[in-house]
Amino acid sequence: MRELEASLLELVRRTSTEIPDDVQKALLESLEREKKGTVAEEALRIIERNIEMARRKSQPICQDTGSVLFYLEAPAGFDCVGFEEAARRAVTEATRRGYLRQNCVDPLTGRNDGTNVGPGFPTFHYDFHSGGEATVRLILKGGGCENVGTQYALPYGPLKADRDLEGCRRVILDAVFQAQGKGCSPGVLGVCVGGDRATGYEHSKRQLLRKLDDRNPNPELDRLEREILEAGNSLGIGPMGFGGRTTLLGVKIGALHRVPASYFVTVSYMCWACRRQGAVLNAEGAAVRWLY
Amino acid sequence: MTHQLTTPASEEQIRALRVGDAVEISGALFTGRDAAHKYFHQGGALPPGVSFEGMILYHCGPVVIRDERGEWKAVAAGPTTSIREEPYEAEIIRRFGLRGVIGKGGMGPRTLKACREHGCVYFHAIGGAAQVLAERIRKVRNVYFLEEFGSPEAIWEFEVERFPAVVTMDSHGHSLHAKVLEESRAALQRALGLEG
Ligand code: SF4
Repeated sequence: MRELEASLLELVRRTSTEIPDDVQKALLESLEREKKGTVAEEALRIIERNIEMARRKSQPICQDTGSVLFYLEAPAGFDCVGFEEAARRAVTEATRRGYLRQNCVDPLTGRNDGTNVGPGFPTFHYDFHSGGEATVRLILKGGGCENVGTQYALPYGPLKADRDLEGCRRVILDAVFQAQGKGCSPGVLGVCVGGDRATGYEHSKRQLLRKLDDRNPNPELDRLEREILEAGNSLGIGPMGFGGRTTLLGVKIGALHRVPASYFVTVSYMCWACRRQGAVLNAEGAAVRWLY
Repeated sequence: MTHQLTTPASEEQIRALRVGDAVEISGALFTGRDAAHKYFHQGGALPPGVSFEGMILYHCGPVVIRDERGEWKAVAAGPTTSIREEPYEAEIIRRFGLRGVIGKGGMGPRTLKACREHGCVYFHAIGGAAQVLAERIRKVRNVYFLEEFGSPEAIWEFEVERFPAVVTMDSHGHSLHAKVLEESRAALQRALGLEG
């Protein structure tokens, strides 16, 4: 158990202070693409420097360390209760050490007890399988970008969005436009086509676990991802909404079956500080391999 | 070219700034976010001995710790979203003679109007750049309302050196946010084949 807690503490530290390589690579590419001498280019330079400093000092990339979302893939029979207890202790300790800000507030009393533990905090998502290994992933999802997430119900008249992939393209681009720079662009879109209102958001966030340079196994969604990435960047919103060539670093789309009466398209926006990490755990709970 | 600006700033210096200008700010900087804006709006006074004349207000809830020698140190200090203060900012600019506001995401027409009338600008800092921005805080000079508002909401008086920001709303009625919104709206309508 101690071993698991130590792994989870290290997972939180890495997630909060070290940006994944694929995200850093995408940011570097966008820096090269941006027009020289513009404030957009300067914003990306500062972001680059910030990433380097956070890693070197082992301090949070952004002071908003966000919602704490754990995703677990586990063999049947895995001790979920023990896992959650270890995760809560690790989160509390990570907060004490300053890897996480005291970021969890009771909405009714306004109280923040400084532990980052409370109802729904952290959040746990499970997938069970019959294999042997357990894998834990973590996303830290900031508030500024969470606020610009949105859900559309198709058909959606104002955008002439019907219940098809073209309709999806239209509303997803509208979401990029509505967000402007407010989600600390350049950002990553996690999208779910279908599902219900709750699973739509859940599945859209899950897309943010994918590496930016992966390809969607579904060719139609793969095409849609590429189209939206290109069209989103041509809106000219740019880093921080200053205007510029990079508004999006990546677009990841998943799909869930829906009921005939509903057709939701759900968009989760992740800021440039796209913080995710994961580890494969052995039977003792030690991290044997890091995923990003 | 990056403009250098030292607080307290004069009206003339502020009027010379235009949307899109990169600026590095040095001198005193005060933080203030939701609790401070509400307090001033309800008629609250500045702490004794403090003047905002020519000063810049930073929308920021920093992480500040005491180091081994008992001195305050800002370890993470990026901007917070400014638009929440839109109902209050114009009045605060006028009442205290602020010459600048720093935040992220931009502000609305009331603040833009106050900037024009009273000679003030809105600076956009880089959202999420908590480490780079904290490094530019050379000293924590003082803190006010720490007990009443709590640490993130307190008014911190920082001494900064070459703190980087971009003018996105100037004192001549121009807003980069409004411009990017309109241009991107037109681009979206083209991409979707919709009429403007
Ligand atoms: S949106 Fe992301 S980068 Fe911006 S302040 Fe929030 S957590 Fe930080």
